[in-house]
Amino acid sequence: MSVLVDKNTRLVVQGITGNTGGFHARQCMEYGTNVVAGVTPGKGGQKFDGKVPVFDTVWEARQETRCNVSVIFVPAAGAADGILEAVDAGVELVICITEGIPVMDMMRVKAEMAGRPSRLIGPNCPGIITPGACKIGIMPGYIHKPGSVGVISRSGTLTYEAVWQLTSRGLGQSTCIGIGGDPINGMSHLDAVKLFNDDPGTESMILIGEIGGTAEEEAAAWIKENCRKPVAAFIAGTTAPPGRRMGHAGAIVSGGKGTAAGKIEALKAAGIAVAETPAVMADTLIARLKGSN
Amino acid sequence: MNIHEYQAKELLQKFGVATPRGKAASTPEEAEQAARELGTDNLVIKAQVHAGGRGKGTFANGFKGGVHLCKSPEEVRDVASKMLGQTLVTHQTGPAGRVVNKVLVAESVDIAREIYFAILLDRATAGPIVVASTEGGVEIEAVAEKSPEKILREKIHPLAGLQAFQTRKLAKQLGFEGTQAKAAAKLFEGLYRTFLACDCSMVEVNPLVVTPEGQVLALDAKFNFDDNALYRHPELAAMRDIAEEDPREVEASKHGLNYIGLDGNIACLVNGAGLAMATMDIIKSYGGSPANFLDVGGSATGDQVTEAFKILISDDKVKAILVNIFGGIMKCDVIAQGIIDAVKAVNLPVPLVARLEGTNMEAGKKLLAESGLAVITAGDLADAAEKVVKAAGGGK
Repeated sequence: MSVLVDKNTRLVVQGITGNTGGFHARQCMEYGTNVVAGVTPGKGGQKFDGKVPVFDTVWEARQETRCNVSVIFVPAAGAADGILEAVDAGVELVICITEGIPVMDMMRVKAEMAGRPSRLIGPNCPGIITPGACKIGIMPGYIHKPGSVGVISRSGTLTYEAVWQLTSRGLGQSTCIGIGGDPINGMSHLDAVKLFNDDPGTESMILIGEIGGTAEEEAAAWIKENCRKPVAAFIAGTTAPPGRRMGHAGAIVSGGKGTAAGKIEALKAAGIAVAETPAVMADTLIARLKGSN
Repeated sequence: MNIHEYQAKELLQKFGVATPRGKAASTPEEAEQAARELGTDNLVIKAQVHAGGRGKGTFANGFKGGVHLCKSPEEVRDVASKMLGQTLVTHQTGPAGRVVNKVLVAESVDIAREIYFAILLDRATAGPIVVASTEGGVEIEAVAEKSPEKILREKIHPLAGLQAFQTRKLAKQLGFEGTQAKAAAKLFEGLYRTFLACDCSMVEVNPLVVTPEGQVLALDAKFNFDDNALYRHPELAAMRDIAEEDPREVEASKHGLNYIGLDGNIACLVNGAGLAMATMDIIKSYGGSPANFLDVGGSATGDQVTEAFKILISDDKVKAILVNIFGGIMKCDVIAQGIIDAVKAVNLPVPLVARLEGTNMEAGKKLLAESGLAVITAGDLADAAEKVVKAAGGGK
């Protein structure tokens, strides 16, 4: 079992004829993801790799192929438009990999999406994977293993680190969701936690956060009251200086808010096992599962 | 990206925000001329550097204060000659200080009342928000702590924008009446237009002043721009002053590397911002101290890795280097080749610990092993941290 994506997912790739979009579309197809369409304005009518039909608009792709999930590899200047195009076409889940989107663009996207049924993951994220069934994004497929741990993270390579630790210790994952490192994004830690809490195939969770914002604190407060499953967590950025943007636009401590110490305290107060270092994310969860921390 | 005070004022004036009249000058003669043009004996001269605490700062030549009140254009010229080309040290510049290349010459205004007014992007509401207070001219964090009831917050709808009634309400809440209230509302509206048009993540006016004559003016303004949006603002990008930035960071940005200099002695090269932060954290938890944050991104080339190495070892505090790569899109053999090329090019002066995991990890490790270089390899993150801290001569 899994959340959001599985064998039945019908994926459209926005930006499929670009270098990055094409490369990752192929990687996803090799993993077994059902890529039913591509979209690049002006390239409608072509076939990607001789088999995937390319359309000018997401609207046509949706009409013709009943695609229900979109992944976006469109350059930053056009990515916000790409998200809204997919939402307008009625695509249920939109995953935006693109990094470097102006935050005001995302502000408008978020406001436009309010009240609509589509969900957004990202932007500036690695994507989502249900191991053994469906990979949508840029993560290396082979480090994953089907299983029952739900993984939620704001960071790409730090997610790989956690997943690899789990897999190396024999623990598989139900679904791994990279929610992205931007200050205004789609799905939050809390949204993902709720999905995993309701998923019968997920027995525990790893939640990876970083400095900046209050998303981890909000998830912690909800977990304390409502979550029925064991959770381990790690927060990156304990040593980051305040006022500096650490790569992710969201990773900045300002005005005393969003510090690692504050987040770790909130997580611990919610009964979550917090990994002391990034090297022990999986071990911390395993210890929690055995009831020894 | 940060801009100078004189640039901030020019920007505000473009959007109809009232500020005291003034002009930037690069020579004492220009400063004197600017003072004459203002046609007043109430003058102020301010050193232009990207750092706070200028008024209490000291120049390397012994001259005190980066902000001076003057009574004549001749006096302005004299003070300018003591500031220009000199190094100003304030509590924010660090001991090295900053060279003053420009001064702002402006009319000095008397102040009846000081207000704090800022517009910023609020993550929680995913939209702009006004934060304002009648307690201006001081650190707003201190006000928020001591008297939180004095902080006003007004949410702005992300699509509808700042409404006229909101500017009237804010003016009233901040104690403005009559024509002053009108002037204040106009200023707020101008600030919002600046915020929006320039893709700001924050515009902060502190203080916004009311003069004894009842003028409402933005006395000082601080801008934070969204770096991701600079591509559509060439006029803002042109305001960048690289002399104000860490030269290592400037060099890194030229090569598409995300680098932030820190004070420790263990240099790190990592792919991905989250993993880069986590790598700094684990170095610290093993008793070491990171010299930098460096994210080479998801698709770095061998050349970028070489450039990254050059920047890392140009820091003479560095006693050891840790390379931590979790290959996804990034292939470990590409990184390994980049390391080998870099080490050959720069003659590595300090120990190097490498931890490679993920895509093409075996090929990468083989390349390093066969290169004959004295690279210390590490199996996992904990092993890497332990080894690099030891190599730097530290540890618990």
